[in-house]
Amino acid sequence: MKHFEYVRPKTIADAIAAAAEPGAAYLASGTNLLDLMKGGITRPDRLVDVTGLPGLDRIEHLADGGIRIGALVRNADLAHDPDFVRSYPAVAEALLSGASAQLRNAATVGGNLLQRTRCGYFYDTASACNKREPGTGCDARGGENRLHAVLGWSEACIATHPSDFCVPLVALDATVEIEGRAGRREMALEALHRLPGDTPERENMLEPGDLIVALRLPAEARAFAAHARYLKVRERTSYAFAVVSATAALRLEAGKIREARLALGGVAAKPWRPHQAEKLLAGASPDVPAFRRAAEAALADAKPSGDNLFKIELARRIIVRALTLAAAGTPARIAALPASPFASVSGALQDA
Amino acid sequence: MNLSISLTVNGVRRDVALSDPRVTLLDLLRERLHLTGTKKGCDRGQCGACTVLVDGRRINSCLALAISHDGADILTIEGIARGDQLHPVQAAFIAHDGFQCGFCTPGQIMSAIGLIGEAQAGDDPERVREGMSGNLCRCGAYAGITEAVLEAQQRLANANRRRSA
Repeated sequence: MKHFEYVRPKTIADAIAAAAEPGAAYLASGTNLLDLMKGGITRPDRLVDVTGLPGLDRIEHLADGGIRIGALVRNADLAHDPDFVRSYPAVAEALLSGASAQLRNAATVGGNLLQRTRCGYFYDTASACNKREPGTGCDARGGENRLHAVLGWSEACIATHPSDFCVPLVALDATVEIEGRAGRREMALEALHRLPGDTPERENMLEPGDLIVALRLPAEARAFAAHARYLKVRERTSYAFAVVSATAALRLEAGKIREARLALGGVAAKPWRPHQAEKLLAGASPDVPAFRRAAEAALADAKPSGDNLFKIELARRIIVRALTLAAAGTPARIAALPASPFASVSGALQDA
Repeated sequence: MNLSISLTVNGVRRDVALSDPRVTLLDLLRERLHLTGTKKGCDRGQCGACTVLVDGRRINSCLALAISHDGADILTIEGIARGDQLHPVQAAFIAHDGFQCGFCTPGQIMSAIGLIGEAQAGDDPERVREGMSGNLCRCGAYAGITEAVLEAQQRLANANRRRSA
């Protein structure tokens, strides 16, 4: 690991000043950053440790019915907060389907949002990677790419965003609060991550020194609590990134879908929200033909970036299955295997 | 820059002067404090051999910078027995053959103690397996590990009931 200067500021203003310098990086728990530094993929000159900053580790209930989650809240603490699980069950299920218990105990909310892709060529410093070293090419294009993107990719980069947490969050209109040199601002989480285009090294809309301080979910997001699921296909039962994942959340009234929310993980460089598919579901009966029409719409623009044509049909089927599970109702307790397609739920076709 | 930190390790305060901010909590335990029970497997957060409890929570010590944990309370495999009396999780691993070569065992045991403390898995084997998925065992002793965790969980729950009765 390259040598670095370590600073531990006590105020957000000091943190921003220290991190705005070229070569500086924020350190929270480090579950992703230290791994990247050990591999020589990321080589910061200075680490700005934010774990000593005050006030960022709280879950607050807002007067308007929303919830505000500090950026330093640990993934496990959020996933096991009883009120949070009741109000946003798909988000808790997604959190518990990610990483391992040890990593969830350490990893923070802000760090989860800003984790880097696990593309093997990004991680291998002997390979060409436009994200790691702009202009060097993309060895994933002609390499092992069956798990790579099928939506929003470019010739420059076909990597996917690895977060489970972000998938239900974008579906539920989460907002991020950012402190930076120009003060405080906020943006929709859906707008935070960028598609690769010609600049895959620019993964999000943050400027030097920008610090995510909190995440908010609006009061309306609670209205989906009775019919909200996350479903994640992995290559092993636990402790693996998504091949494809989907969140489905429904508001049902008089046997019809009043409003639907959908998002996909593992298919693009950002959590992918197919708004057009959500619109198709509004007013429809919650049945498999309607779910299939929505799934077709969600993947209408998908194309394989390599040996991953299978992911397009897999994503359609996972959407149908997630919608079927959501329509059947959120279980009283998160399943023993969170988000697993191997957990049986009555009313859902296991081969859908 | 002052890189000195203070930790409580297995109940004993330890002051350590770090020469370099790159030292992980794992390397500090093994190389500076000579507590080599905590193992370095992958050193990348994938195998769980380095699992320790920090302020009561199980984490991968290989992905934790020591300098970032000034003031923390650390519990390692060396700190769980009382003299010659094994911790109930240690005893259960022996009773159920929860290991073969033993390299992953300190991490498995510390992870199991963390899991039982989290109180999410109860007596459900599926929840125990899921909760232990961050600890790999190349010998494939998983069946014995799950049995050991379930028995230790039961024993500790009974002991707690007796204490509160």
